[in-house]
Amino acid sequence: MRIGVITFPGSLDDVDAARAIRLAGADPVALWHADHDLRDVEAVVLPGGFSYGDYLRAGAIAARAPMMRDVIDRARAGMPVLGICNGFQVLCEAGLLPGALTRNSHLHFRNRDQVLAVERADTAWTSAYSTGQRIVIPVKNGEGRYVGSPDDLDRLEGEGRVAFRYVDGNPNGSSRDIAGVTSEDGRVVGLMPHPEHAVEDLTGPSTDGLGFFTSILKAVVDA
Amino acid sequence: MSADQTAGQASATAGLSDLDTGPGRLRHQLDTVALAASTPDDEQPFAELGLKADEYARIKDILGRRPTTAELAMYSVMWSEHCSYKSSKVHLRQFGDLPPSDALLVGIGENAGVVDVGDGYAVTFKVESHNHPSYVEPYQGAATGVGGIVRDILTMGARPIAVMDSLRFGRADAPDTARVLPGVVSGVGGYGNCLGLPNIGGELLFDDCYAGNPLVNALCVGVMKHEDVRLAKAEGVGNKVILFGARTGGDGIGGVSVLASETFDAEGPAKRPSVQVGDPFTEKLLIEACLEIFQQDLVTGIQDLGGAGLSCATSELASAGTGGMHVDLDTVPLRDSTLTPAEILMSESQERMCAIVEPAKVADFLAVCAKWDVLATVIGEVTDGDRLTVDWHGERIVDVPPRTVAHEGPVYERPMQRPADLDALQADDPARLPRPTTGAELQAHWLAVVSSPDGADKTWVTEQYDRYVRGNTVLAQPDDAGVLRIDEDSHRGIALSLDGNGRHARLDPYTGTQLNLAEAYRNVAVSGARPLAVTNCLNFGSPEEPEVMWQFAEAVRGLADGCRELGLPVTGGNVSLYNQTGDVAINPTPVIGVLGVHEDVRKRVPTGWRTAGETVLLLGATRPEFGGSAWASVVHGHLGGRPPAVDLAAERSLGELLAALGREGLVSSAHDLADGGLAQALTESALRYGVGARLHLDGDPFTALFSESTARALVTTSDPKAVKDTADFAGVPVTELGTTGGDALVVGGLPELPLAELRAAWTATLPALFGSPEAAVGTVPAGTVPTS
Repeated sequence: MRIGVITFPGSLDDVDAARAIRLAGADPVALWHADHDLRDVEAVVLPGGFSYGDYLRAGAIAARAPMMRDVIDRARAGMPVLGICNGFQVLCEAGLLPGALTRNSHLHFRNRDQVLAVERADTAWTSAYSTGQRIVIPVKNGEGRYVGSPDDLDRLEGEGRVAFRYVDGNPNGSSRDIAGVTSEDGRVVGLMPHPEHAVEDLTGPSTDGLGFFTSILKAVVDA
Repeated sequence: MSADQTAGQASATAGLSDLDTGPGRLRHQLDTVALAASTPDDEQPFAELGLKADEYARIKDILGRRPTTAELAMYSVMWSEHCSYKSSKVHLRQFGDLPPSDALLVGIGENAGVVDVGDGYAVTFKVESHNHPSYVEPYQGAATGVGGIVRDILTMGARPIAVMDSLRFGRADAPDTARVLPGVVSGVGGYGNCLGLPNIGGELLFDDCYAGNPLVNALCVGVMKHEDVRLAKAEGVGNKVILFGARTGGDGIGGVSVLASETFDAEGPAKRPSVQVGDPFTEKLLIEACLEIFQQDLVTGIQDLGGAGLSCATSELASAGTGGMHVDLDTVPLRDSTLTPAEILMSESQERMCAIVEPAKVADFLAVCAKWDVLATVIGEVTDGDRLTVDWHGERIVDVPPRTVAHEGPVYERPMQRPADLDALQADDPARLPRPTTGAELQAHWLAVVSSPDGADKTWVTEQYDRYVRGNTVLAQPDDAGVLRIDEDSHRGIALSLDGNGRHARLDPYTGTQLNLAEAYRNVAVSGARPLAVTNCLNFGSPEEPEVMWQFAEAVRGLADGCRELGLPVTGGNVSLYNQTGDVAINPTPVIGVLGVHEDVRKRVPTGWRTAGETVLLLGATRPEFGGSAWASVVHGHLGGRPPAVDLAAERSLGELLAALGREGLVSSAHDLADGGLAQALTESALRYGVGARLHLDGDPFTALFSESTARALVTTSDPKAVKDTADFAGVPVTELGTTGGDALVVGGLPELPLAELRAAWTATLPALFGSPEAAVGTVPAGTVPTS
């Protein structure tokens, strides 16, 4: 099974995302931002990093890359997409997910091992978890504060689209401790923390992140 | 900006305006080689550019005429202390005289040394200072320090895989530290994070002596296959010279000469225009483009543009290669079209590289650059003969023998003198200091040491660094060494540590430098790695002061002798002089990096205790040694006596023992003992995962807790007999201290120390000092900068 990882200029965690896909038992496929060819992938990961140096706004330029037009069209038709950190910012800028990510409230880049509560264990990327499960994966960002108007946040929570919340401390001042959200159909998921950095005991704080990648394998096989 | 600063900047650029034309000459008249020959007596602003009268006379001798303004610019930056090593060269030769090492693939003289780490892999690593720029402009100074060392590693053909930073500031509670430190940390993080390089460790220390001269030393490590090693040589007549990366701007002009090679004065023009401005996004693209270019084998030589910019890259490439090069300077893409030729040659704009490419490969080279949106321009070619010539719109403005610019600069045998105060300093033994006697006093001193800014938890800093990116970080700060996996199939990996101690080096620079070497060696060894090679960054005051020069010479001699005894090669290094304000120099501060290899990183040994019920053992012998110790400094503000004795044979035995224990899986943790002695090591081991211990101390508890005797490590094991037997065989003394478990450190004779209390003390210090995030974007407080 083929899962694409898009590299934009300034993408950094693309090698990590590819490794996580491989460890979950799928085939990572390198996709180039300037192409228009999704190379027959069945799902796409937008990796972390600083695409275009975060110029203009984090994710704003990448969201308009040629490859993103294909991703947006396919995502609207149901292709699963996961946006991690900068990838989450790209998904918000591309209009595939609601809300926006702004500068951390304390103005520092912050890297720590973070406890998350999984609130939606029924998306294409989270079926390996149980609702309410606590997982530990790294968070690392300078512009990770999730914001929205109170009405929008109420609606989002009402629709059950908060997929993850920060537990035991909010690392960046995100509204209502929101760490990640999902599309209405549960196919497009974005989060600031990095599941791809928690897939091996040797290098991660846990292997809790592997579930994202085993979930998508199952989702595509079952579809 | 204050009026003072504006005026200062105007006067700083006055010397460069003179450069355009020379006094009395029309502004639009270009100073060509022909003009220089016909106007031999024109006065030139060599002194403003940092050249001495005799150096200027030598340039005239070499050229047989006065230099053009462009030539003068090139010589001035390349003959600066920073580029030419003119004061240090005669001493550094000792590193080259060390016995040859099988592990060393490329030695001193290239951008960075290259070490064989097995399985066909080669590792290159180097540490470099960016001290002066980081004081003037903390964020950009530190950021471009990281950018510069990363390009050095990239230039060798390697993929950069991690960075480390060794930082020293004035007193932690000094107002100016609150300006400099947050900016430096954000700069190191901002640049490294954006490049996608994990930061795997380093140092953060404070001392009044660094108040006007903070030290920002950045290390980068890269990995490649043996056959991918690249060298900085311009060979093959007719091959093209391609400049690629960022456009050239007016930043960093004279950075190496007027900034890095002079003492800060109490008065004088603002030096901020001499600091470069970084763009890590461009550098990330440059890295990926270069790696693709290497993969397609498209270059015959490559050099990065760092200090001294194009002057350095062109003259070094030509000097190391065939010998001739021609450059059409007007083809260089500019950020500012008003730059003069001399300014273009001196600019230290970041994120630029220079490659030598066969004509048939130019199209492919440019195609890779286009893919990564990297600007690339053919600016010249390799020529017959031994001249470096530069034209500006068809007129010759430089015609020099490149070796005289790059490799045959002045060399000084500076006068040396043992510091007059050293005898008194060494005689002031810490034995006279009042010591804690009761258990409560011992514990109070323990808490004071580990909660001091030097001893305290460094999370406030390291949280600002990405340690996970690329997914190969096995250990990072707060572990003693950074450990990286370099092969996912074979599990081969490397370990790195970067250590310095200015207090020990102040008391005895020879011994102090060996102590630093021993500490870095030990830190690598406790992770279970086999130490392989050494790099260094030597931070000292002004070489024009005989006492500083003596310290420098002693440090180099100490390092060379130490490396000989440990059987390790020095792969390269960096010298930073003029770290002084007025006549007050910093403590001599050699920072030593040691690289080790792990055959299997899965067997790495972490520093923290994870499991209850294990035996805690101390390896090595403890003597009453407190000279330059953290205890004397923190509790009494004292620096005196002699540093701990060095025993490199014991260090080697300990290192071999630790490697064996790691390989056999006999220890579950290992932590080196250094600053703060056993008290510091126990604190860090227990707090890492929140596992306490019940311990007893033989002999004098004060010595046991605070001595800084070397060649010691703390280990935990579930098989104490096997560890003791192995240690006996290696000839390393073992002391059993107790057993892990519980949520307190219970040390015989001392009150019980709950981990929660210890953690509160250890973690509160840096956030209390630097917690205000606004400080990260703070401005220069009036009266603290010597340049306005």
